[in-house]
Amino acid sequence: MLLITCPWCGPRAHIEFTYGGDATVDRPADPDAVSAEEWLDHIYLRDNPRGPHVEWWQHGAGCRGWFKVRRDTWTHRIHRSGPPGADLGEDEPR
Amino acid sequence: MTRQTHRTERGGRIDRDTPLVFTFDGKRYTGYRGDTLASALLANGVRLVGRSFKYHRRRGIFGAGAEEPNALVRVGTGSRAEPNLKATRVALHDGLQAQSQNRWPSLGLDAGALINAASKLFPAGFYYKTFMWPGSWWMLYERFIRRAAGLGRAPLDPDPDHYDRRYAFCDVLVVGAGPAGLMAALTAARSGARVMLVDDALAPGGSLAASTATIEDADPIAFATRVREELASNAKVRVLDRTTAFGYYDDNMVVAVERRADGAPAPHCARQRVWWIRAGEVVIATGAIERPLPFENNDLPGVMLASAARTYVFQHGVRLGERAVLFTNNDSAYEALEPMLDAGTNVVAVVDARDGGPGDDALAVVRRLGLELVSGSVVMRAIGRTGVGGVEVRSLSADGEAVGDDSRRIPCDLVCVSGGWSPTVHLFSQSQGRLRFDAARAAFVPGESAQRERSAGAARGLLGLSECLADGAAAGADAARAAGFDAGSEPVCPEVREWAEGVPVRPLWAVPLPSWRHGKRFVDFQNDVTVADIELAAREGYRSVEHLKRYTTLGMGTDQGRTSNVNGLAVLAATLGTEIPAVGTTTFRPPYSPVALGAIAGREVGIHQAPVRRTPMHDWHVEHGATFVTVGPWLRAQYYLRPGESMMDAINREARHVRRAVGMVDVSTLGKIEVRGRDAGEFLHRVYINRIRNLRVGRCRYAFMLREDGFVLDDGTCSRIRDDMYYLTTGTGHAATVMAHLERYAQTVWPDLDVHLTSVTDQWAGAAVAGPRSRDLLAAACDGAGVSDEALPFMGCIEATVAGAPVRIIRMTFSGERAYEVHCPADYGIHVWEALLAAGESFEVMPYGTEALGVLRIEKGHVVPNELDGRTIPADFGFDRMEKDEDFIGRRSLERFREGGRRRKTFVGLISENGKGIPRGGHLVWNPTAPRPVTMLGHVTSGCYSPTLERHIALALMDDGEDWKGRTLYAASPLTADFAPVRITDHVFIDPENRRPKG
Ligand SMILES: [Zn+2]
Repeated sequence: MLLITCPWCGPRAHIEFTYGGDATVDRPADPDAVSAEEWLDHIYLRDNPRGPHVEWWQHGAGCRGWFKVRRDTWTHRIHRSGPPGADLGEDEPR
Repeated sequence: MTRQTHRTERGGRIDRDTPLVFTFDGKRYTGYRGDTLASALLANGVRLVGRSFKYHRRRGIFGAGAEEPNALVRVGTGSRAEPNLKATRVALHDGLQAQSQNRWPSLGLDAGALINAASKLFPAGFYYKTFMWPGSWWMLYERFIRRAAGLGRAPLDPDPDHYDRRYAFCDVLVVGAGPAGLMAALTAARSGARVMLVDDALAPGGSLAASTATIEDADPIAFATRVREELASNAKVRVLDRTTAFGYYDDNMVVAVERRADGAPAPHCARQRVWWIRAGEVVIATGAIERPLPFENNDLPGVMLASAARTYVFQHGVRLGERAVLFTNNDSAYEALEPMLDAGTNVVAVVDARDGGPGDDALAVVRRLGLELVSGSVVMRAIGRTGVGGVEVRSLSADGEAVGDDSRRIPCDLVCVSGGWSPTVHLFSQSQGRLRFDAARAAFVPGESAQRERSAGAARGLLGLSECLADGAAAGADAARAAGFDAGSEPVCPEVREWAEGVPVRPLWAVPLPSWRHGKRFVDFQNDVTVADIELAAREGYRSVEHLKRYTTLGMGTDQGRTSNVNGLAVLAATLGTEIPAVGTTTFRPPYSPVALGAIAGREVGIHQAPVRRTPMHDWHVEHGATFVTVGPWLRAQYYLRPGESMMDAINREARHVRRAVGMVDVSTLGKIEVRGRDAGEFLHRVYINRIRNLRVGRCRYAFMLREDGFVLDDGTCSRIRDDMYYLTTGTGHAATVMAHLERYAQTVWPDLDVHLTSVTDQWAGAAVAGPRSRDLLAAACDGAGVSDEALPFMGCIEATVAGAPVRIIRMTFSGERAYEVHCPADYGIHVWEALLAAGESFEVMPYGTEALGVLRIEKGHVVPNELDGRTIPADFGFDRMEKDEDFIGRRSLERFREGGRRRKTFVGLISENGKGIPRGGHLVWNPTAPRPVTMLGHVTSGCYSPTLERHIALALMDDGEDWKGRTLYAASPLTADFAPVRITDHVFIDPENRRPKG
């Protein structure tokens, strides 16, 4: 069972959390300003990387905060997490 | 009752003052406290304990622990029966009832054994090759295969016992309380770390219990007891005996099952308990398992692992036979010689595969005891029908590929075998660590770690007692340091006297068989996989070990291939002409040994599988004869049956009454959310398709929320209670989804908005008051507040008091009648409910349940999740008139529905034309009896009997609904073959001008 670090509550078992999908895409500030193709891209198309990936999680059984987690989809290792505005970077600590 | 014919006069760690009576296959025996079922059976001379899985060959007890592949028994009777237990792991207790498995009609006479006689017909992959064709016959084949190949039967009755679950946290978890594990736990505990030590035996000690060595000039088990006592006195240490760590999961989560009772547990005690242990650091000290030597007929009862023989003699005082042959390729097996002689077994020969024989210490034992040593030789086969009667010994060629012509027969009734040792790497492998083949030790050992763990002692290939003790101490210190504790300088290990291994193991994966012999050399006893099966699979192209495993079932039994894995891989490698590391090894998966499903479920059985939610008025509904229905986690009043009424009578009465006078329904289950903050209105404006920014205080909106892909997420209401406070209601089943959705947008998309969301579903109760007389009822119930149509118009909301309790009254309708929802703090729920009923007495108020609620809304054509099924958009129901021309969640996606493409289904009503019910989930078709497939024009979403129209009606979504109105089609159920002719109508069956709610 994964151990996920909530930025506000600290490390907790993953049963307290809900997965919320890809956190690398942002909702366009003005949806009318993007083309239909760009919008469909935003709604439906996601990368499916093998390796590090930043994703949304919600601490539903705790503080109910949404936050970002940088997780390796191959090894399951969670490298770090941070609040919604955080930039979780590229390089992985050893 | 029989005498314990094979029990020694004295010796063993059994309590001879406490005899225990047990039965095996209905026959009564005695044993002693401290026995396992296996040792007690052996002490009674019982050799035959089971039939093999595929060939139904006779099998005896082969091991002494978790490695046992043969002695699988069913223990207990009736609902407490537990199949597939290893007799070597069942602690004997008084009254124990055990039965052998996999035989019919009896163990001695088994019809399935005919398969053995015809085994040429059943090679590896037999089932795959034979039962492929024709496909429709598979059901028939399966029945036959299931009966022939059963591994025990599960009881049919519910389990009478209960099980529990615990979560635990520690700095250092040590798995295994053998020499390495004890030293690791002791060292870590002395550093001040919180330590857990789990061990699956009845008492700690592991291999110490059957060791000929001494620790500080004393019995090594005394050392184990001393360490156990020191650990017990340390408040930061928890020791769990009889506990098997069966799974190693992500982030150092180790799961273990504790067996707390043999047979029936004490009252109010859990029979088993599953521990979920989150460990900072883990020490794996799970020991090693001795390997068998595959020779012809090596599965005859009487062939046993040398270490198991030593255990039965040492620990249980069992005399295993009269004349024994020891067959080994390494020194460790020699440790069994002296105890066996002491127990009265005559060792007639020691057959050692190594040309030069054993090392000095082992040789000295052979000399001192005056035994015959046959070096550079092998037992080529065991001879006998029901059990071992002798062995045939031949010399082994230097390359190990062939046996010589020097056949010699030695009569004996016991063959102790040792093919070297395999570290128990299952947990390590589960932790995602990579195994490495150690050629010198001829074994897979733990390689690079993937998690915060380290293996110690025999679990990483060490053999000597003193090196295992030292290694355990070092591992314990390392773990403690890694967890942030000061483990001090070099740990002190006790002084050990043991004999040293002199000559290394000579790998011998299969004893060569002359070409003219065709006997079976078993690699995997439990699944009846032979050397020939593996060779055949390799010839047929199964080069990957994972494929080989599935094709032959090698290592796929409940023993997870503990004794067979390495031999099997080596035979595959030899057949493919490659090295063992090139073949690789299989992945070990949890559980390490079978775990009862009840233990995994814990307390979450029956009604406790999920929480049950009751409304504040629940007890009132019970008292007034409500029948309940589950809606998600909630229990809701479905209808209130009166004497002499049928269910339909009650529903029709309740629905009619709402249309005629006034009714009340409990709507406390609605999701309720308070939205506060300076930007609450702006936030909700972006969330709903409706205009919220201009919603005045004291007004309410019926409003839709979409997902970003344009489909409806929920319909609900939004009331503005105060300037900066909105009160939302959501569908009963959508509350959690909607809450998470709002939180997500507030926190991640528009974090700049000042908005705070609070779920108040549990904090507020609600009652809907509906019917022409609802205003009269409210006027009588409200303390002074005006509920006139001027003060509280349609879609208005006010704060008021009912019988002194604060309430929020929202005027809206679900039934199509004039109606109000009265919400109050949950603690006042029953108080307000009863006050409203009292106020309504003179207006003939009547409670109604969810069925009547459903009838009323279908008559009115209102939508619920049946219609809002995740594939519909507001326009499908004509709600696009609510959509504003500003951004809201989902708006951009709706554009693609407007820009042409496929036409959407339209929402219509159906009226049954023959007085019969409209099938649930029915499909709208031209001709219900036409051969399938038929074109589906639409589908029924909701249906009921309408007491107002006195017809069966339904709502449906269909293609070109407008064009079909007034015409007749059929609603046909694809499941029940029912159908009814239906006329297509508008979806609003009553009051289409919508006059009634507005008064
Ligand atoms: Zn949190």
